[in-house]
Amino acid sequence: MKYIDEYRDGDLAKGLASAIAREAKPDCRYHFMEFCGGHTHAIFRYGIQDLLPSNVRMIHGPGCPVCVLPMGRIDGAIHLAKQPGVILASYGDMLRVPGGGRESLLKAKALGADVRMIYSPSDAVALAKAHPDREVVFFAIGFETTTPPTALAIRQAHREGLSNFSVYCNHVLTPSAISSILEAPSVRDLGTVPLDGFIGPAHVSTVIGSQPYDYFAEEYRRPVVIAGFEPLDVLQAILMLIRQVNEGRFEVENEFTRAVTKEGNMKAKTLVAETFEMKRSFEWRGLGLVPYSALAIKRQWAQFDAEARFIVPEFKTEDHKACACGAILRGLKTPADCSLFATACTPEHPIGSCMVSAEGACAAYYTYGRQRRKS
Amino acid sequence: MCLAMPARVVEMRDDDQAVVELDGVRKEISVALIEAPRVGDYVIVHVGYALSRLDPEEAAKTLALFAEMQAAGAAA
Ligand code: SF4
Repeated sequence: MKYIDEYRDGDLAKGLASAIAREAKPDCRYHFMEFCGGHTHAIFRYGIQDLLPSNVRMIHGPGCPVCVLPMGRIDGAIHLAKQPGVILASYGDMLRVPGGGRESLLKAKALGADVRMIYSPSDAVALAKAHPDREVVFFAIGFETTTPPTALAIRQAHREGLSNFSVYCNHVLTPSAISSILEAPSVRDLGTVPLDGFIGPAHVSTVIGSQPYDYFAEEYRRPVVIAGFEPLDVLQAILMLIRQVNEGRFEVENEFTRAVTKEGNMKAKTLVAETFEMKRSFEWRGLGLVPYSALAIKRQWAQFDAEARFIVPEFKTEDHKACACGAILRGLKTPADCSLFATACTPEHPIGSCMVSAEGACAAYYTYGRQRRKS
Repeated sequence: MCLAMPARVVEMRDDDQAVVELDGVRKEISVALIEAPRVGDYVIVHVGYALSRLDPEEAAKTLALFAEMQAAGAAA
């Protein structure tokens, strides 16, 4: 497939790996965090860690929207799904994540709630059109990639005069999460791993551009390289980070120039700015309350805001005691450190969110990591 | 959840809709988020929406860079 296969070439990968081996100084240790689950997935799937010298370590960040949503918000969605007359629509991954009490939206569905899996926010609008006598609530989650489509769905519902469509908004912002990894008070208490640089998001950056990361480079003096999700992109980004560290630079560099510009997608950004506003703070699984890290629907669109139309209680749900998702999302632990990993917790019966989505660190480790260790 | 794929626009339709093809599979998506989409463009598709266009020149440059690295690796 064009624009995919070329970036998976095994010979080129070896070439990049030897360039990395040559340039990584043996007396230096390099800790790089890939923020995105898409990169985590590529790293495990293609065995990238095995191609790296032992002093270059990848730390898996919190960049999977399913993984970072606290259970309380899932309980909120389950609560909405159980309201009379409601059809709750969301992406497939979201339906399987357990909330508190281990109930998921799929279980709620088995017990009689009307829960539908959709591929696109426009499917949720179509449901509202097809069922004028029902209330359709779209359980919206995701980073800057899924936010513009949600904004368009709200516009579409408005244009079509639908009064039975609303959005339970859980859109979160990548740059705030990266700052919180670097500076949250809890990080000071819990400690954190040293981070010498970041691989910046691929698809998120197609929307927001590379410019928002300038702040990290300057403020935290850490290099950031925005990279595509294919294995060669990741290897090249690691090489670029090593070079910056070696040269004492901390800049934002863009490996993914084929899809990411400095400004990003202005059309999408404007639409988002006109539809959403910042929430003062929002809880992230593993990171706690992060200031200005999520979006709420603007008052002018309140008729499409599920939290304005329904009473959604604030569920405070603790994660399973033994689940290490929180520490994994901060790079403090790896999945193998969790006592439930691959025993009580598997992709078929996930206990924590990191096991649910294919991009979660535990799921990636389960699918590819175990296999590799055995071979 | 963030996985998205590059696909080629093969047909433009009304209301900012377009048909894209990926590995022989055709699918209708929205191109409302990108400026002036055209047949033949490669776009990154996520949850049924094109998020950005792929720049063929930049793609070629990145590939050339990989090749350069490989050559340098072989020479070392
Ligand atoms: S293995 Fe399961 S329980 Fe353990 S950290 Fe991962 S998701 Fe949580």
